[in-house]
Amino acid sequence: MKTIKKLITAPVTACLLASAIALSTPAHSEGLEVRIAYLGFEEDKGPLLSNSFPEPEDSGLKGAEVALRDNNSTGRFLKQTYHLDALHTDDADELYEFATQLHADGVRFFVANLPADQIRRLHETFGDDALLFNAGSKDDALRVNECIPGLLHTLPSRAMLADALGQWLAARRWNKWLLVTGQTEDDKAYAAAIRRAADRFGGRIVAEKEWDFDTDLRRTAQQELPMFTRASDYDVVIVADERGDFGEYLLYNTWLPRPVAGTQGLMPTGWHKAVEAWGAAQLHSRFERHADRWMNELDYASWAGVRTVGEAVAAIKTTELKDVRAFILSDDFQLAGFKGRRLEYRPWSGQLKQPIPLVHPRALVSQSPQEGFLHPVTDLDTLGFDAPESQCHVK
Amino acid sequence: MFKKRLLTGLIAGALFSTPLFAGTAFISNERDNTISVIDTKSWEVVNTFNVGMRPRGILLNSDYSKLYVCASDSDRVEIYDAKTFEFITDLPSGDDPEQFALHPNDRLLFIANEDDDIVSVVDTETHQVLAQIEVGIEPEGMGVSPDGKWAVNTSETTNMLHWIDTETLELVDNTVIDQRPRHVEFTHDSQRLWASAEIGGTVTIYDVDSREEIHKINFEIKGVHPDRIQPVGIQLTQDGRYAFVALGPANHVAMIDQQTYEVLEYFLVGRRVWGVGLTPDDKYVISTNGVSGDVSIIDVEKREVIKTLKVGRYPWGVVAAP
Repeated sequence: MKTIKKLITAPVTACLLASAIALSTPAHSEGLEVRIAYLGFEEDKGPLLSNSFPEPEDSGLKGAEVALRDNNSTGRFLKQTYHLDALHTDDADELYEFATQLHADGVRFFVANLPADQIRRLHETFGDDALLFNAGSKDDALRVNECIPGLLHTLPSRAMLADALGQWLAARRWNKWLLVTGQTEDDKAYAAAIRRAADRFGGRIVAEKEWDFDTDLRRTAQQELPMFTRASDYDVVIVADERGDFGEYLLYNTWLPRPVAGTQGLMPTGWHKAVEAWGAAQLHSRFERHADRWMNELDYASWAGVRTVGEAVAAIKTTELKDVRAFILSDDFQLAGFKGRRLEYRPWSGQLKQPIPLVHPRALVSQSPQEGFLHPVTDLDTLGFDAPESQCHVK
Repeated sequence: MFKKRLLTGLIAGALFSTPLFAGTAFISNERDNTISVIDTKSWEVVNTFNVGMRPRGILLNSDYSKLYVCASDSDRVEIYDAKTFEFITDLPSGDDPEQFALHPNDRLLFIANEDDDIVSVVDTETHQVLAQIEVGIEPEGMGVSPDGKWAVNTSETTNMLHWIDTETLELVDNTVIDQRPRHVEFTHDSQRLWASAEIGGTVTIYDVDSREEIHKINFEIKGVHPDRIQPVGIQLTQDGRYAFVALGPANHVAMIDQQTYEVLEYFLVGRRVWGVGLTPDDKYVISTNGVSGDVSIIDVEKREVIKTLKVGRYPWGVVAAP
């Protein structure tokens, strides 16, 4: 896997806009400079069977860059200038060095498109003297029992994704699930979230299969998979294959003529090209002009992290860490995230609550929470771990 | 949609010449690339004609003879004869025009270019682009004050109102507003500006001279989660009595006292209502219900929804002529 490394410090401001704007606006604040760090880890996923469509290598980074421009667009009317110090690489130690150096320079806002262990390492170093946005790990433990103060999550957790799918399956009354799980720890964690969703929404897992084949399915999927998916009657096959190793080959190759959902087929995701309502088309259009590709859930999570800082600083006109953190976790904070609802952070887990689109590669199928799944506070809290299930309170 | 009002002389003239001619409402159907024409007496769709791609904002000039259509994906503003529905000409608009507003002089057309973060000002006679004014991200709503002094644009992601002097065509002030501002509408005396914030869930009223906020309206509908109350389109009656606000996925239109800001009624209409239009006599409100593909007609005096009409896919803008 080739190393891509990008180091950008982007003062996008002046060039864009200087002239035309005769700002007679009395300065709402006195020329604030806001530095945000972006840390992106490009994980080596190992060899994949399904490797015909490579994923972009700068997922996350491009979202942060678009958000920086968004922040500066508002910022120029408020005399606020946002800078992004970004590094995207496959070298974890280099990222750590980069982050600690920035922290020593006074940077306190970090958008971390990193796996959970690297996020923990950063937290151990910075303590609560930094605001970290987890824009790379779907790990439920980070949100439920580890209770890291100053850690917010813009990427949906596995539990949120699984619940989004579980609600939809319940709404369709497709209650009998065949669960197929890959070999990695991540796949097992995804499967655990699916089991939890089954319990919550009345799904019944009629059989579980673990994927341990080592043949090249591009040639033999038609022979192997119907046998592999033999089970008593099921309504849907749910696949837990986060790397995208074998899951794509399940579609149309199941023993029973049934749909496939989960990490392939019908996918719950934080963001997708097929999401176009609520102004999303405009965000896609800005993103595509900048990145020359489609915006994915990692881009969205990093975008949301950088935008959160921008929204908070624009509102309270200070970059003081404790004020910004308190404001983001207060009732006054809201982010317009192109999902049709105002987005807020859960004060117990620091998770950005958000609707979850259910997509197939070319269209939006639905968006959860589904109608009828009620909650005393907001139906968005029917997705993922709710306050009573979490031991945390990061506020 | 921004709408020009009748001069009394024109009313008299119209009444004399065609006393029985019912009014006409035009609906832009965003996903069908058509305009639905509705007879406002029988409340039937009497015609549907093709326009450019992704029609959104629509308006009429001051004598109601010309219909202007923002064809967003065709990157132009098209002008049609409002009686014969024949295409007359198109105007350069910049990329992705979404909403626009026509100056009372019928010459200056202010166009929000959603993808380019600018407001384009086009001369409707010479077709010249007179100015391109940089504003915030995703410029959306456009309004021009009836006295012709101000043009105001909203930027959805920057969350601001941008105040443009219509003489110098320069940006002179920016006002912070709640999340995702959509529509702006001036009162007919040009003293107040009403602005909706879709994600903020509010309508804010500004004093035009000082550009200060003077009131903020919140909405509450029994059985509807506050997140789903997303104000979009606004219309104000000429007599200064009522305001009507489309509340998006709350599927309701609010009727508000223009003076006290009290919400008087909530009308249940179709799904995801985003546009509202008034007939020129202020007797009926027409709401465009995007997701259900229909329009609802509200009788202002009776305070009830009297009819729902199927139109094209994703009805967006509405404007009515006498």
